[in-house]
Amino acid sequence: MLEITEGSLAVAEAVGKCRPQVIAAYPITPQTHIVEALAEMVANCEIDAEYITVESEFSALSACLGASAAGSRVYSATTSQGLALMFEVCFNCAGMRLPVVMSIVNRAMGAPLSIWNDQQDSVSLRDSGWLQLYAEDNQEATDLHYLAYKVSEDHRILLPSFVCFDGFILSHTYEPVDTISQEQADSYLPPFKPFQRLDAADPISFGLFAAPDYYTEFRYEIDQAAKRALSVIPKAGKEFAELFGRDYSGLVEGYRLEDADCALVAMGSICGTVKDAIDEMRDAGKKVGLLKIRTFRPFPSDEVKKALSGVGRVAVLDKNISLGSKGAMALEVRDALYGSQIPVYDYIIALGGRDVRKKDIARVVSLAEEGKGDLFYGLREEVLQ
Amino acid sequence: MNDEAACVLFDSGHRACGGCAAAMAARLILDAAGKDTIVVSSTGCMEVFSTPYPETAWGVPWIHSLFENNSAVASGVVASLKKQGRKEKVIALGGDGATFDIGMLCLSGAFERGHDFTYICYDNEAYMNTGIQRSGATPYDASTTTSPAGSCSFGNSRPKKDLPMILAAHGAPYVATASIAYPPDFKKKVEKAVNTPGPCYIQVHAPCCTGWGFEGEKTVAIGKLAIETGLWVNYEMENGVVTKVKKVVRKPVDDYLVGQKRFRHLFKPKRNDAEIAKIQALADRNAVKFGIDITLKK
Repeated sequence: MLEITEGSLAVAEAVGKCRPQVIAAYPITPQTHIVEALAEMVANCEIDAEYITVESEFSALSACLGASAAGSRVYSATTSQGLALMFEVCFNCAGMRLPVVMSIVNRAMGAPLSIWNDQQDSVSLRDSGWLQLYAEDNQEATDLHYLAYKVSEDHRILLPSFVCFDGFILSHTYEPVDTISQEQADSYLPPFKPFQRLDAADPISFGLFAAPDYYTEFRYEIDQAAKRALSVIPKAGKEFAELFGRDYSGLVEGYRLEDADCALVAMGSICGTVKDAIDEMRDAGKKVGLLKIRTFRPFPSDEVKKALSGVGRVAVLDKNISLGSKGAMALEVRDALYGSQIPVYDYIIALGGRDVRKKDIARVVSLAEEGKGDLFYGLREEVLQ
Repeated sequence: MNDEAACVLFDSGHRACGGCAAAMAARLILDAAGKDTIVVSSTGCMEVFSTPYPETAWGVPWIHSLFENNSAVASGVVASLKKQGRKEKVIALGGDGATFDIGMLCLSGAFERGHDFTYICYDNEAYMNTGIQRSGATPYDASTTTSPAGSCSFGNSRPKKDLPMILAAHGAPYVATASIAYPPDFKKKVEKAVNTPGPCYIQVHAPCCTGWGFEGEKTVAIGKLAIETGLWVNYEMENGVVTKVKKVVRKPVDDYLVGQKRFRHLFKPKRNDAEIAKIQALADRNAVKFGIDITLKK
């Protein structure tokens, strides 16, 4: 059923239909609407979950970790500083192979303090072992939650997932979203079957320490599981498409890429603007296309390489910066294209909520054509003086 | 429960120092709580000596996540069990560093929310796992590696944080202090705590031979002296009211201090009368506050 609704509320509704048994929540802008909506559902017995109003994001994820280990499906949501406060627990959830699903309503990292959108928060956790899915619009943001639970809880994976969508740009925007019924959700996502759980009838120890003779093998196992997601995500996406008609079977998604001279690479809501800009440029005779990255972790290097193999140049739009180096996505794309002659230009763009318009995308394409890249796009004049 | 049965729940062969009070505490806790218990440990000595992968000393379900989050993890475990209609007891275990200092936020949050679990702090009065650094539980004048006694220092400059009272102020239905030197009393308190609905707190005095500087066979004797000098008081609080106190015929604090290297500087080159008087005053204050003195008939 198509409904016009706010992104956060659409996501909350989808999360509710995933039947989380324990929700741990802490308010932070621009995430708060989600946990408010879930609290209301619990208060009205619309969903049957234990709702823990923790005293910090650190405790939110810690409570999720404990609840997951005890055998429940869990959920939390956060952003930016809240995610940074969870840093330790993030590595722990992945290391302990607990399939927590968490919405990341992407927001810039302070300092300076900014409540507005970029993707520095989740991108900075790229080495933590969490799967990271990025949504372009609110429909995708809601649907990816079902997919994330399906993949995370798969016993071949058993890793936690971030479902990332851009703060305010998506979370606070009203868009038409096709909501699926509880029965449909249940048909896609069966009840959580923990691989192991804390249980007095079958006592096991979780979270032991590993000496140097074992530690590396644990890290290897986590890495292997993350890489297995490269084949499990497409299958889960295909199954979703068969039931609901929306196809997330691709780890990446090409838009007018065939015969493209310049390929833009982007993830999240900016892809919508990029597609419109591409349409205009195509009308003007410019051969431009987009490669949208939906799965940033694990990074689908093979798919990226394949999709970009025929293009003349690549312009990566990074809504993050690994300070002192490059944008994180550009580094990945360069790695994927290593050995090819295709130039990859990096553009740090849309940080801290700075608006990006179609003309900016066209300008980026021109810069790439001029061979000018690896720069912060659209800097104020005074910092250059 | 007999020794053999208790052994199944917290087995021998772990890596604790000989005479480790924390290991004794673990045995006593599970002896009292029984097998239908889930233990949530913080990082620290107990976690490290009991679970070197691929071995574990724990015969009950056990989880360790981080140093400071055992109360929050326990909150999640409790909620998860509740949702599934399961009846296991949940015990969070932490040393004094995890409890008094780094985990205080999670602890306060979990107690304020009223989760049904028991938090037991094995209080050995410093960060022992990292090599004897002072914590908020380190007593006045104890020398540690970050509060060393020196030519212009008598060791730790602050008295212990009064954590039991802080947790009682959260509205905890049951708060108790105990000592591994009094095992039946400690076990009774654990039993009471796990059978009391809501968040309960027990702080068990756990003398550390390595950190305090005494021979491992003296752990219990040192623990007893802490009680007998009034520097540690065993009491129970129900709904914020002190209901039971261990009374003693008090000995001078010297008897407790003199046998521990952490207080050695108070006796060398000669007895530091002024500093020991301050410590005696702490014991005297405890005695008045809790009414621990037994007056002998002349």
